[in-house]
Amino acid sequence: MLQRRAWIYGWLLVSPALVMLFAFTHYPTIATIWNSFFSTARGRRQAVFVGLDNYERLLTDDIFWQVLWNNFIYALGTIPASIILALGMALWVNGKIRGRAFVRMAYFTPTVLPLIAVANIWIFFYTPGFGLVDSVQSLFGLPSQNWLGNPDTVLYAVMVVAIWKEAGFFMIFYLAALQAIPPSLTEAGKIEGASRWYMFRRVIFPLLMPTTLFVSINAVINSFRLIDHIFVMTNGGPNNASSLLLFYIYETAFKFWDTAYGATLTTVMLVLLCAIAIGQFYFMDRKVHYQ
Amino acid sequence: MSDTPYLPRQASRIDFDRLLNNVGAWALAIIWFLPLVYAIWTAFHPSAYSTDFDLTVPLTFENFVRAWDAAPFARYFFNTIVLVTLILVAQLVLCTLAAFAFARFEFPGKNILFILVLMQLLVMPDILIVENYKTMGQLGVIDTITAIGLPYMASGFGIFLLRQTFKTVPIELEEAARVEGANILQILWKVYVPLAMPVYLAYGLVSISHHWNNYLWPLIVTNSEETRPLTVGLSIFASVDQGVDWSLINAATLMTSAPLLIAFLLFQRQFVQSFMRSGIK
Repeated sequence: MLQRRAWIYGWLLVSPALVMLFAFTHYPTIATIWNSFFSTARGRRQAVFVGLDNYERLLTDDIFWQVLWNNFIYALGTIPASIILALGMALWVNGKIRGRAFVRMAYFTPTVLPLIAVANIWIFFYTPGFGLVDSVQSLFGLPSQNWLGNPDTVLYAVMVVAIWKEAGFFMIFYLAALQAIPPSLTEAGKIEGASRWYMFRRVIFPLLMPTTLFVSINAVINSFRLIDHIFVMTNGGPNNASSLLLFYIYETAFKFWDTAYGATLTTVMLVLLCAIAIGQFYFMDRKVHYQ
Repeated sequence: MSDTPYLPRQASRIDFDRLLNNVGAWALAIIWFLPLVYAIWTAFHPSAYSTDFDLTVPLTFENFVRAWDAAPFARYFFNTIVLVTLILVAQLVLCTLAAFAFARFEFPGKNILFILVLMQLLVMPDILIVENYKTMGQLGVIDTITAIGLPYMASGFGIFLLRQTFKTVPIELEEAARVEGANILQILWKVYVPLAMPVYLAYGLVSISHHWNNYLWPLIVTNSEETRPLTVGLSIFASVDQGVDWSLINAATLMTSAPLLIAFLLFQRQFVQSFMRSGIK
């Protein structure tokens, strides 16, 4: 009897949150996959089952492949760079640095600034001729460049902004982990005469592995999700050179109103996201030592 | 996180390693700070000096006044504040109830439901824009602040975080309250919630800064001045109206980020510690 009561209480307590979760996370996930097998309803024409037609279209869609490649480069560039920078920042801020409070604040500030707003500032930095990047370049006698207008450089230019935005956020997690490491451990290392590099490689870094796993999964998600600045800085251009998967989904579904194809693209993203996250977990879990 | 006092006697020994670390840390800090410094510089100087970094140039507030008058920023501020409050209140209520159940009740389906909750950490509403837009259409709420908030109100992250916290509350406290005749909601409110206060603060700060800055979903579901939050308003302001008036754009940029930025500078320690705490699993 008492147990039955606990059941009812349990269900009642979780149901409001779960109803919302089902409505706006689980249902749309399933609907996305479902609708990727249908055509887009237009006007009076109903959506009809088209099997794998949308996926066939994917295969021959040059923009899709370009966007996927862009996203791959974007992930490959931003994930390791932001993680390594975050770790470096955390080690510095956790160590003996002059003006530590300021340094920590400087690293963390981009986290609280809206990406859409700072994108405006970064546009100026990249402006050909008198932008900051060009001004620094001209000091070294290098020619002026249109960073955001050139298909060869634009993707890297927006990657820099993403790294700048993310690194300070990830630093916090490393900082928390570093402060949880007992000081006796590093002192023991000192007494043993271990070099700093040896200590880092053999003691500190392994202890940070759970954090690295957590941070890297977050970085993967962000490499798909963090696209706000692209709207302001490049609009995916020139010639889709800086367009990423989520940006292409937005364009397909909300500019051309081709929702079925948008759903197909979203399905690809969901599959990629889950595959990478699961892969990461299995790959890294073996190397993670939980305390 | 307290700063250890700097000891000059120790430092008088030339420590090359430490010097290198200091230089590296500061160089990076300056690069990281530069965009903000630049924005502040241009926003407080006349347009003509936006690329002329001369310290004798007169300061001005005019850019802020012009930006404020050029777009309905008052309305955008109001919308963002309503939005952020709405989401936070809903999240706190929904996540607290669910987390309590997951932490302290046994019921059939508990594990599966918890896995479904955790799924949202990976598959975020940010990605499901196509189908969520359709749902909003069916609910008839497109172009409302409610529509911006709905997908985020049940937060998998919040439920997980609070469940972990509630699990650390000693069961004896709950039993004591029960002996005194408190019912379940009273136990939750009088025992669990007060003990989880630091986590609520942490979660609240994360949530506010996240939704203050959110852009893509609000861009999609809003199409009028009355519902647009600051981020969307700013992007329209910067792209359509202003051409390349950097002073004006940067003034608007600073204005929209100012509340978070000021709050961050005032409560820096709490902010950083909150983020830290919310990351500890």
